[in-house]
Amino acid sequence: MSGAAWAMSGSREPPRRNGGRQGCTGRSAISTLELLGFGQAGWGALLLVATLMTLAVTAAALLIGAVFGAIVAAAKLSGIPLLSALGTAYTTVFRGVPELLVIYLIYFGGSTAVTSIGQALGYEGFLGLPSFLAGALAVGIISGAYQAEVYRGAYLAISRGELEAASAIGMHFGLRFRRIIMPQVLRYAMPGLGNVWQLSLKDSALVSVTGLAELMRTSQVAANSTRQYFLFFIVGGALYLVLTSLSDRVFNQAERRANRSMPSSTLGQI
Amino acid sequence: MDFDFLASTMVTLLKAVPLTLALFALSVSVGFLLALLIVWMRVGGNRALSTFARAYIFVFRGSPLLIQMFLVFYGLAQFDFIRSGPLWPFLREPFVCAVLSLALCTAGYSAEIFRGGIRSVSPRELEAARAIGMSGFLLVRRILAPIAFRHALPAYSTEVVLMMKSTALASLVTVWEVTGVAQRLISQTYRTMEVFLCAALIYLVLNFIVLQGMALLERSLSRHLRAAPPAPKA
Repeated sequence: MSGAAWAMSGSREPPRRNGGRQGCTGRSAISTLELLGFGQAGWGALLLVATLMTLAVTAAALLIGAVFGAIVAAAKLSGIPLLSALGTAYTTVFRGVPELLVIYLIYFGGSTAVTSIGQALGYEGFLGLPSFLAGALAVGIISGAYQAEVYRGAYLAISRGELEAASAIGMHFGLRFRRIIMPQVLRYAMPGLGNVWQLSLKDSALVSVTGLAELMRTSQVAANSTRQYFLFFIVGGALYLVLTSLSDRVFNQAERRANRSMPSSTLGQI
Repeated sequence: MDFDFLASTMVTLLKAVPLTLALFALSVSVGFLLALLIVWMRVGGNRALSTFARAYIFVFRGSPLLIQMFLVFYGLAQFDFIRSGPLWPFLREPFVCAVLSLALCTAGYSAEIFRGGIRSVSPRELEAARAIGMSGFLLVRRILAPIAFRHALPAYSTEVVLMMKSTALASLVTVWEVTGVAQRLISQTYRTMEVFLCAALIYLVLNFIVLQGMALLERSLSRHLRAAPPAPKA
């Protein structure tokens, strides 16, 4: 529980009350540059590591979401009423419920599950789900709901004629999937996947409630321990901006690459 | 399934719904007005204002809402001139900080949505309006705004639903709305699944109502686009 408790305690003590003064004057010799630098008192290195951690959580979440998304999209497209109802339920619930709630579900629910498995195996006491795993899983499940819609839309964008032509020359499902469906789904899904990535990048900030030292959490810790709330949240926010604008660029490149075989005249129609 | 527990959880969570709704209604309406201001700056033609609006949209869409909320809640309190300023009685309240940051954030997203709506207004309609002598505010009020808003409405209703979900973050700055109460229940009872189900149900119902409301609005705004009902036989 302590993981989420930090944010809940939320007491907003003024920087200069109950003994904070000595702390402040003691630290006032440290300049902003030193606070953000890589020296002894600097948070620079930690913030950089935290940025990488944010990227790692988001990337893991995107991969987990790709698996969930592909399964759910297949279920929704299957035409079997029960499966498509389940798929619709999944996308409705995980797109309609606050991300924070899903993170609590996975983190606390996962820990309870792991603990009871541990007890069944004879281990007494509390076992926690690792916060990286819980965070990536939670953001991945949410991302999966969005990715499912992206993949479904991309599949529906494939021209029916091509699928019929593939069947007509005798391609069985596996071959058709590999040669016709997959490459085109990925191409049509590219812009949507870029949006999902940006969404997951921002959702990953919520994983900080599990105590994982990603960018949001590290900014929070740095802000609390130096009492420079404004500075560190600005810096944290700026690092997020760097991440989002860089990934925007990467996805634009990827989109262009995925479309390089398309004549530019048809591009306009997409 | 322990129905007594589910029922008592539901009752506890439902008591927090008014706070969620208040956060939602206030931040959506303040955000809407703010978005109008920003989109006006963005498309108004003044280069400095347009650059500012661009930067605003970039910053508020590019960074997580949580960090914006913490910046407002913890960051502002750090400065003495704000603590002694006239606005402190308001900014001291977590609820006000939550509404403020939610509104600032949604304004960035909504401004882009409204800009898309404005771009979709056919230049011919504007030309026609100018040709019959409309200019300035009248043109915006009669021609540009209604058409742009109608085009923007589907995307805007998605944004409004996202706002309903975003109110959950207010629990992290000690505003005890539904998600905050749910978290407290989970840590008291360790019955994650049941509490999650109840809270999820509440949010899904709220989102459903909001979406229905937006669909009604869309219908009433596009009444003239639907085919006229067949004339009743005399």
